[in-house]
Amino acid sequence: MLGILASIIDGVLVGLVYGLAAMGLTLIWGVMDVINLTHGAMIVAGMMALYLLANALGISPYLTLPPVLIGGFFVGVALYWIAIHRMVGRPPLMSLLSTFSVNLILIGVGTAVWGTALFNVEVSLPGITVGRYTFPGAHILAAVLAAVIAALLYVFLHYTRTGKAMRAVANNREAAELVGIPTTRVLAISVGVGVALAGVSGMLIGTLFPFTILSGDGYQLKGFIVTVLGGFGNPVGALLGGVALGLLEGMVTPFVPVSWTLVIEFALFVLVLIAFPGGIFASRRGAL
Amino acid sequence: MKRLCLLAAAATLFAAPAFAEDTITVGFTDSQTGPLNVDSLGQQRGYEFWRDEVNAAGGIKVGDKKYTVKFVSYDDQSVGGRVQQLYTRLINEDHAQFLFSPYSSGLTAPAAVISEQYGKIMIDSGGAEEKPFELGNKYLFMVITSASHYLSGAVEALKAKDPHAKIAMVYSDDPFSKAVLTAAKQQALAAGLQVVMDESYSPSTTDFGPIVNKIISSNADAFMGGGHYSDGATLARQMHDQKAGMKWISILVAPADDKFGELGPAALGVTVPSQWELQVNYKPQFGPTTAEFAKAFQDKFHAKADYHAASGYTSGVVLQHAIEQAGSIDPEKVAAALNATDITTFFGHVKFMTDPGHHGLQEAHKMVLAQWQNTDGKLGRQVVWPLEAKSADLIYPISASQ
Repeated sequence: MLGILASIIDGVLVGLVYGLAAMGLTLIWGVMDVINLTHGAMIVAGMMALYLLANALGISPYLTLPPVLIGGFFVGVALYWIAIHRMVGRPPLMSLLSTFSVNLILIGVGTAVWGTALFNVEVSLPGITVGRYTFPGAHILAAVLAAVIAALLYVFLHYTRTGKAMRAVANNREAAELVGIPTTRVLAISVGVGVALAGVSGMLIGTLFPFTILSGDGYQLKGFIVTVLGGFGNPVGALLGGVALGLLEGMVTPFVPVSWTLVIEFALFVLVLIAFPGGIFASRRGAL
Repeated sequence: MKRLCLLAAAATLFAAPAFAEDTITVGFTDSQTGPLNVDSLGQQRGYEFWRDEVNAAGGIKVGDKKYTVKFVSYDDQSVGGRVQQLYTRLINEDHAQFLFSPYSSGLTAPAAVISEQYGKIMIDSGGAEEKPFELGNKYLFMVITSASHYLSGAVEALKAKDPHAKIAMVYSDDPFSKAVLTAAKQQALAAGLQVVMDESYSPSTTDFGPIVNKIISSNADAFMGGGHYSDGATLARQMHDQKAGMKWISILVAPADDKFGELGPAALGVTVPSQWELQVNYKPQFGPTTAEFAKAFQDKFHAKADYHAASGYTSGVVLQHAIEQAGSIDPEKVAAALNATDITTFFGHVKFMTDPGHHGLQEAHKMVLAQWQNTDGKLGRQVVWPLEAKSADLIYPISASQ
């Protein structure tokens, strides 16, 4: 019984980080209806930034969070101008292809530079042990940081001028332009924030597990499931979706062979799409 | 000037066939991109190192002639679907006379279908799964120990330390890992050990937290499993972070790479079945000694040779030996020489099974078991099993090494 409870708690902790990773994906979708297929590459960029900064500067892995956040924002703005700006308002396939191309370039360059060798960042934080089960300190801290960043995003979107402008553009771009909101700048900022979130989630995941340059694909896939669970274009829902996915993984694993976990996840994905086409936690379109 | 150019062109035309005759073309694919990149790179370096050494020595001796070795290779992107297309191209368009395998069982099996169709000899140092060798193939030869013997040493060593050990077997859902662990389970049960958990996970699994909790709940005190690279490393790290309390951990493939040491304390005590380690010291009848190979490899690549590099190099050594024994590059004669091969190289003893039900399978080469240990404050692999090949004592339980 304790084992099942431990798996559930562990699932929720990791789920919060999955949720943070999906928030960036869903934010960009919510503001401009673009599915950003560089998301996995940006998560890996966060992991690599963590590895390089922590090793080169010899600093605590958690001190790399601010530079990853700021660097991720500027990378996101650059990504907007390179791959997304001309695709906004066009058929979704166009932006899918352009972001997919950038993703291939980034992964290709990364593979050429670092290969697919393993990278690991050692984190020595005391965990909490209950009976034979231990919750690693890094998991607890990553979950707390993910929740804090999600809360800050909520505050940013609802209580700052730029955040309100992003929600206005998500709601109705033409109307936002009519009231004088510089929509192009807002779109660029949205991609910047989305990529910064991907980078930070990658940095946090890098404190939990070893990674390779190709690790982003798995998290991007999870990001899609979380987005569907949480509701398209709903960042807060994405966090809840992440928790739901982690909870599901934690609850299912003790009872069925572990090879079935992925099958069950995707079965749920399809069921949710059928029952709630907008996602379980979907609010009205464009509400962000 | 124009006349001079014409003369030079004519001379080149006449000279070209003579050059082509004295060259042996060997084709293969490697995984320059994709998840198999790290292990494949080691194997590819082994191939290329052998070619360079052979050519520097004047080539392969066939009767009175010497043939230099030329490679043609393509990136298979770690994707099985590309392999058949590329091996067909290697044979038909690039006119490869001999083939080396890609890396991994999943890629070698489809490549072997093509090599057999065209009657081309393929030396396999990347795929350990037995199945392709049970199909009556005549031109496929495996220089490494096959999958069903990968964990034999680990089972023997564990039994010697704890005859009542309870093992959790958790492994990647791919042909190689399944073949290894299916055989290991039978060997463990035959040895009187208990297998309290036997499950496979999807190769795309990113978080092993719930799986590690399940291992703890199974009351296992020993772990055997993993699969390839990042999954094996993640399992080791999470078992350490979650204090799973295993007395024994054997993980496939990942700990055989030096980068595994990046896990720090999570790597300590982990054992890995290895085809070859720098510490083994066979007396070769053909080719370089371990010390010669290791030094030359280090000088050339500025990296330590691992077993993928050693097995790749051995593919070349074995092919060279067979061609020289056959005194011909005719595939039938070389295949006959391979069937008769019974030599010791720096990689170990090499001999192929010849009965139709297992033709080409390796029957003489023995694996070693290496363990990550702290020696003089430095984390590295030591050979701990079999006892006659050991470079350090096996540490059991793992907690004794931390």
